[in-house]
Parts: sequence; structure tokens; C-alpha cells
Amino acid sequence: MAGRYRDGVPVVELRGAVALLGNFPALAGVDLTVESGEVVLLRGPNGAGKTTLLRLCAGLVRPESGSVEVLGHDLVRERRSVRRRVALLGHATGLYDDLTVNQNVRFWTRAAGLSAVEAIERTASALLRMGLSERLLGQPVHTLSAGQRRRASLAALVVRRPGLWLLDEPHASLDQSGRDVVDGLVGDAVAAGATVLVSSHELERVAGLGPRVVTISGGVVVDDTGPAVGGGSRV
Amino acid sequence: MSEVRRFLGDAGLVAARDLRIEFRSRVVVGQVVPFALLVLVLFGFALDADHRTLRMFASGLFWVAVLLSALLAVHRSAALELSDGTLDALRMSGLPPAALFLGKATAVFVQLMLLEVVLLGGLLVLYGVQVVDPMLLLVSGLLAGVAVAAAGTLYGALASGLGVRETLLPILLLPVLAPVLIGATRAFDDALGSVAVDGWAWTGLLAVAALIATVVGALVHGVLIED
Amino acid sequence: MAGRDETPGTTGSRGSRLLGCVALASLGVLGVLAFVLTGPDVRIHPTTGEEFGQFDAVRMLYLHVPMAILMYASFLLCAVASVGVLVKRTPWWDVMAHSTAEVGTVLCGLVLVTGSIWGRPVWNTWWEWGDVRLMTTLVLFLLFAGYLALRGTTSDPRRQERQAAVVALVAVLDIPLVNRSVEWWENRTLHQRSTLEELKIEDLTLFTLMFGFLTFGLVVWWLTLQRFRVGWLERAAIDHAVGSAIAERRSETSAVELDAAIGVSDDPAGEESP
Repeated sequence: MAGRYRDGVPVVELRGAVALLGNFPALAGVDLTVESGEVVLLRGPNGAGKTTLLRLCAGLVRPESGSVEVLGHDLVRERRSVRRRVALLGHATGLYDDLTVNQNVRFWTRAAGLSAVEAIERTASALLRMGLSERLLGQPVHTLSAGQRRRASLAALVVRRPGLWLLDEPHASLDQSGRDVVDGLVGDAVAAGATVLVSSHELERVAGLGPRVVTISGGVVVDDTGPAVGGGSRV
Repeated sequence: MSEVRRFLGDAGLVAARDLRIEFRSRVVVGQVVPFALLVLVLFGFALDADHRTLRMFASGLFWVAVLLSALLAVHRSAALELSDGTLDALRMSGLPPAALFLGKATAVFVQLMLLEVVLLGGLLVLYGVQVVDPMLLLVSGLLAGVAVAAAGTLYGALASGLGVRETLLPILLLPVLAPVLIGATRAFDDALGSVAVDGWAWTGLLAVAALIATVVGALVHGVLIED
Repeated sequence: MAGRDETPGTTGSRGSRLLGCVALASLGVLGVLAFVLTGPDVRIHPTTGEEFGQFDAVRMLYLHVPMAILMYASFLLCAVASVGVLVKRTPWWDVMAHSTAEVGTVLCGLVLVTGSIWGRPVWNTWWEWGDVRLMTTLVLFLLFAGYLALRGTTSDPRRQERQAAVVALVAVLDIPLVNRSVEWWENRTLHQRSTLEELKIEDLTLFTLMFGFLTFGLVVWWLTLQRFRVGWLERAAIDHAVGSAIAERRSETSAVELDAAIGVSDDPAGEESP
């Protein structure tokens, strides 16, 4: 599922996207085009709309107006066909407290449409890669620390090999080695041809990946260094 | 054909997950089932009753106890999707909403069956009822369980999809289940030999209710969990 | 209907005021017809010669029966509008569904109350458990009370219009089941299966009943229209608030504050710019 979606078609294309949280316009008309294989760093103050922008791209927030296309699909009408190829790491972990790490990750792997055998293999390698020790895998999630949960949460996304990564402050609550794991993951995803949108306050960490920096404030894009790779139109 | 198998596989995956969570957390077994038995005992106290009176009302009390406990089980089932972003993760997973519905309803159904078996034991021991027609009891109990599980999962999804308060669940769900309560009570009346009615006709009504609840639930589940 | 940008201070229009006046006048006429001009239902038993019938209680039927019919009409409209919400997803259908449900629920409550008052002298009880229509109507009332409770959980109707539509449709679908189950239950009914046939239908009685349908038709039309306009204005107010919030949010940013907030002055990826 990884890899370029289709040459020439932007992976994310937002035009005048407005998104509401209740009656509050978290996004007040965003124009953004992201080409395949780009790494985009979203920055902006708290409440700028970064999280909502990522959730919009995942099809979890319905645009009030404007158009949202992800991987060539209109996100209002065809979101089910998009979502399987998109991974969103949000503030919540998406893990069931009473299940073990292994059970959780295996469930999400199977839910993504993988067979039981594949699921076991991929789950094992993903968990290993996230640096979770054997001992932790059989423990229920509610006994884990915030950082360990985040690693498990990432593992459940890695197994799906998505074409578009949406990472919302991926370094939060992680220790040094956890942060390195995240950076390595982003690097591998890019190498495999995936596209990454990451919101972070820790610019220096992401800077090594040579990202395009998009600054958001007040629900709109206020600054954009333009595409770092490819020849997409500058917004 | 492989589409159908895949769909059923997805539903089974979800059902297995919910049951695994129940197996590990024991909320229904440890809390809901004892609550149901407690209700039976409270009816005994409230009616100040001897076996004869209790036998007369046994099927009605049984189904009221089932419905009240089902509310708790349904609420628990819906609450699983409220924990730490799991509903969002489900939306992102690409699982068909209908498969999700069938899976969750199946898990609730299995728990309801356990509940019914324990409550039936309670009726036999505490109220001194006798089973006259075991087949009728089994079939009507199964069908009513399907109807309650499906309708409950439907409204449970509404609660988790909207984040509405759990107090809303009973007033939405219980009126819808009124025909099931009537039908299941009458069928049990016949099966327990307490009132001479045609229990199989009522079982037919339960079958219709179960079918409607399942089909409607599967069709509209996507609407309920999406914004 | 009021356009989204216009903000009239009232839900009235010339047409609706006229409609309201006509409805009010008809109600007055109906009152006179039902309580003064028509006679009580008194029949003489053919063999014993005793008086029997519903006596003055029959007057309640001139209100009860038209309200019951219009209640069903309102809920039917609500179901149609709910389908509209699911298919079209436009605010018009949602406001329509909400309005008809609210009016229908009020009618349903009145039908239960008037029926109960009628039943006291005629059936000698306020409430009869074995009656099919009575029980069905009660469950219908409870179903839509739940619907309105759901709609009352948030001030933003857009968040739940589709969920509410599902609840309304399930409620309407449930009605035949409720009806069937209550009908079998005890298998007896007190309700006047043929109230109208059994009565001495005189010209004036029939006219009063028909006039009752007309009157309540007008009243319900007026109520629904007003309720719809209130709902529409609420939508317009929300849209207006959102519109100005968007404008305000766009102008929220200043570059200096921004850099201070983010805490970086130099662009870390500046060298990557094309």
C-alpha cells in the first residue's frame, strides 16, 4: 500500500477548506497542496488548527465548505476508500485499555484487512521496531506508561504501511530513544515513497528530514516554504 | 462469495475483540449478571410474594430484568469505543460499518444469552417455575435476545457517535423494545405454562422484530458513527 | 422562508398571520358547534327503553379524533422529512423533521389527555391497559419524547441531524410492531372500532366532525409553519455566527506574535525553499 499514489496527482489538495468544531472555525479557509513523497512540517501556536487540519485530511472532520481531496479521492464522498491508506497518529492512542499490546496491534492489523498469519508476522516486527520489549507485549495497555502506549499506537499504524502519514506531535511524551524511533520511522516512510504531514513544536528534530515548512495560525496557512521535492504549485 | 466471507470475517473479528475484552475485564459477568439476579430478588421482596404469585408473574419479571441489565451491557459495549480514540481508529480502519455493527451486536447477544441462562436459573430456584415447553423457551429467548442486542447496539452507537449522555440510552431504547417485551413475556408465559396463550405466534413476532432490528441496524450504523 | 442573509425580527408574515386568524376563528366556531349546537349522544335501547350512549362525553370526540388523525399526519411528515435528511442532507429537511416531530408530540400528548378525559365517563376509567390504540399512542408518545430529548442535547442541530433522522425512522417503523403486539396482547379492545358508525350521525354531528378536521388542519399548519420558521432562523443565526467567527479567525494572526508563540525566529528549513 505504500508508495506513490499516482504521479502528478497531489496526495493532499485542500481548497478553501473550512472546518468547524461546534461553531468554532478551527480552519478558516486552508489552501494546501502536498505532492507525493513530500515531508511537510506543520507549525503554529496552540489553537492554530494543526490538529484539525490533520484530522480533516484523515476524513475524521467534515469540511464545512471548500474541497478536500486526499490520494485523489474526494474526502466527503469517498472517505472509506481513502482511510485505509492513511495513518493518523493523534493525541489519543486508539488502544483498548483491557487488551494487551499484542492483542491491540493484532486487532488493528486484521481490521486493516490482513490475514491472520500476516498479522502475526507484521505485528511482531512492528512492535520490535517500536522498541517495546517482549515482556510488555502481553501486558494490558492500562498498565503501560504514556510513552509505551504511544509506541504501541505507532506500531498499530506501521503494520498498515500507509501511503500518507499524518503525525500529530509524534514526539510528545516519548523519551529520547522513542523520539529516535519516530524519526527513523518517518525516514523509512519517506524512503518507501510515502508522504508525511507532521505537526510538531520540535522543529530541530524534524529539520533533519529536510521538510517543507508550513506555518498555520488562526486557521489559515500564513507561511509556506513551498514544496521541498517535486514541482507542485506553491500555494 | 469472497466478499461475503470477508465481511463475515470482519464482523467476527469485532465480535471476538469485544468478547475478549469482556473476558479480560469481566464487567458483564462480574457486574451486570449479579445486577440482574439482584433485580429478581428485589421483585421478590417488593411483591412480598409466595411462589404462586411469583410464578404467575415470572416471565414478565424475567424480561424486565433482562431489559434493565441489557441497558448496562449495551452501555458497556458502546463505552469501549469511547476510550482513548478507539472510535476514530475504527473509522480510520476501513472496516465496513455494517460488519462493525454485526460484530458488536453479536458480542452483546452472547452476553445476553449468558444473562438469560443465569436468570432462568434464578427463576427455577427462587420463583419455583417449571419449564413446560423447552423448545419454545429456547427459540423465543434466542430471538428476543437478537432483537435486544441489535436494537441496543444501534442506540449504543448513537450514544458513542454523538457523545450524548448515557441517560439518553434508556428513554430511546426502552420504548422501541416495548413490542419485544410484550412478545417475549407472552412466549415465556406459554413456555412456563403460566398463561394459556399461543407462544409460537408471539415467537413469530419476535422473529420479525429481530429481523427488522438487525437489518436496520446494519444499514444505518455508518450514519450513526460518522459525524 | 426567510433567506439566510435576511434576519427578520419575527416569524410572522402576512400569509401566516391571516392563517393564524382564520385558525383561531375556526377554533371558536368549533367550540360553539361542539359544546353548544350539537346535542349529547343519547340513544334509547330498543327493548328495555333505557337511555344509553356517550351523553356529553361525545363532544370530546370532535377534538380528539381530528387531533389523532393530524398527529399521525405530522409523524408521517416527520418520517418523510427524515428520509430527506438522510438522502439530501440539507437543512430544510432537518428543520422540517424537527418541526413536525415537535408538533406531532404535542398533538400526541393532547390526544392522550382528551382520550383519557373521554374514557372516564364512557369506559369508567382514566386508563385502559387492554386497549390497542391507547397503548400504541402512549408508546408513540414515548418514542418521540426520546427523539425530542435527543434533539435537546445540543444547541447545534447540524451535529445530530442524521442521527435524529434515524431515531425518527426507527420510531415510525416500530409503530406497526407496537400496534400488532398490543393487539394480540389480551386480544381485546375497548376502543370504539366504529365510534362514528355507532353514533347517531346527524347532519350537524357529521358537519362538526368535518369542521373539526378542517380547524385542526389549519391550527397544525400554522403551528408547523411557525415552528419551522423558528428553526430556520436558528439555523440562520448559527450560520451568521459561524460566518463572522471565520472572518474573525482569519484576522487573528500577526507575524510578530506568531514567532513569539512558536518560539523560533529563524526558519529551520529555510535553505530548502525553492
